[in-house]
Amino acid sequence: MEALEQQIQEMKARLEGVEKRVPSNKISMIVFSGDLDRALAAFIIATGSVAMGVDAVMFFTFWGTPLLRDKKKQAGGKDLMSTMFGTMLPKGVEQLKLSKMNMAGMGTAMMKSLMKKKNVASLEQMVEMAGQLGVKIYICEMSMDLMGFKREEMIDYPDLTFCGVAKFLEEAMDSRIQLFL
Amino acid sequence: MTETIKADKVMDLKGLPCPMPVVKVSKGIKEVAVGQVVEAISTDPGSLTDFPAWAKTSGNEILKTEQDGKEIHFFIKRVS
Repeated sequence: MEALEQQIQEMKARLEGVEKRVPSNKISMIVFSGDLDRALAAFIIATGSVAMGVDAVMFFTFWGTPLLRDKKKQAGGKDLMSTMFGTMLPKGVEQLKLSKMNMAGMGTAMMKSLMKKKNVASLEQMVEMAGQLGVKIYICEMSMDLMGFKREEMIDYPDLTFCGVAKFLEEAMDSRIQLFL
Repeated sequence: MTETIKADKVMDLKGLPCPMPVVKVSKGIKEVAVGQVVEAISTDPGSLTDFPAWAKTSGNEILKTEQDGKEIHFFIKRVS
């Protein structure tokens, strides 16, 4: 009898351990690319996830970082390199280009007019919708620092946090789906 | 005679492409009480596969799907 009780206790402890390791109904995405098409896909998946009852977390790093800059905001006190990066990289989602068929901007313009014609939400609208739906955004602090971006020049977004790789990994480990875009 | 289902709320999603129909219906279904029915009208052909996938994942029930030309009518019961 005692042996049985002990076995039950052991089973309970093991079950608790297993339960802790079951990931949440969540999707974690790394948005590495700063291309219009990839960013659009990322936001469509994120908003779609929330609609499906799956929480969405987006981690912006490297070329994905500049697309979260606010076109209306300015940040002063930058050194030469930072200023250079700042002017060469897109400032906000409106300035992103297609990864293919950009053709000096012609392809991107054509795609945007097609999207409008076919009623596909623009990236600006998608970001706004993601905010309303509660999609969490993390921005890689190291990318910000590398490219010389300052916190005050990033977009106003309801749930935005600056973080490092550990925060992403914590979220990723607790997610059923992880994507790198 | 096909049975008619009375909808408590009608959502016009015509002309909206992916992911809007699913995003909107997921918001809209929360505006009716559990057990009530939402009729969603979509013209996105992808909805035919997307709506059942969404319903299954979000725990709602599609009572009936009707196609009327380009329009697809979904009768969705809020389950949870």
